[in-house]
Amino acid sequence: MTEFLYYINVGTAFFLLIGMVLLLARLLSGPTLYDRILAVNSFGTKIVLFLAVFALIIGRDDGVDIAILYALMNFIATIAVLKFFRYSALGVSLEDDFIEEESPPVVPRTSRANKGKQT
Amino acid sequence: MSGEFFHTTQMLIASALMIAGVFFVIAGAIGVIRLPDFYTRMHAAGVTDTLGAELIIFGLIVQAGFSQTSLKLVLIAFFLFLTSPTATHAVVGAAWQSGLKPKLGKYKAPAPGEAIVKPKSKTKTKAKTKAKTRRKSPVKKARAKK
Repeated sequence: MTEFLYYINVGTAFFLLIGMVLLLARLLSGPTLYDRILAVNSFGTKIVLFLAVFALIIGRDDGVDIAILYALMNFIATIAVLKFFRYSALGVSLEDDFIEEESPPVVPRTSRANKGKQT
Repeated sequence: MSGEFFHTTQMLIASALMIAGVFFVIAGAIGVIRLPDFYTRMHAAGVTDTLGAELIIFGLIVQAGFSQTSLKLVLIAFFLFLTSPTATHAVVGAAWQSGLKPKLGKYKAPAPGEAIVKPKSKTKTKAKTKAKTRRKSPVKKARAKK
């Protein structure tokens, strides 16, 4: 009974490792930066799954805590890398960027108003 | 007898969930390698990662039963369910804002009101496309000479 579940867990860990190797190929050969970020993000998710499965295989529950930690760190790392490559700094406050993006739609309104005055 | 039945059903449900999850994970990894474009790769990775991860973790929860480990696994499932689509959305949004364009083929999707016309036979459509290319090509050569 328990031996069957053990083999299922070992097989799951093995196929997760195969998926991680395939993602490593995309990570190394990705033509754009975003392919690499995608590969790193997906790789992190697979690491979380592997840690959780491995903790049940060896029978110690400590690995699940590390898996929780990795799941949180993976998301934060992805967002941080994206923000760094957009602003080339991490200390930029996002409020300034929202003000810059809202300003362009104001321009056509003024042009329409000028056209109305001319006619 | 009832305990044995409970254990067999637990084992079967857990193994079925984990095998399904492994299928989705491997399918996503193969899709990330084989698809031609960043956005299609993102589609392969982002969709299958969420479902495959959730399935594997639910399989582990069924294995662990009612214990502290299963509570931690529920936490992992919750975090992954929130963060995985968000990260996918963030990566695609960053790529789109940086000006990365999707690779588009010859096929155009029909407009919402447009009826889909079935081609009558393959040979006729091929002949039409060949005739069009033959008509166009001498004109272009003549323009190039002028």
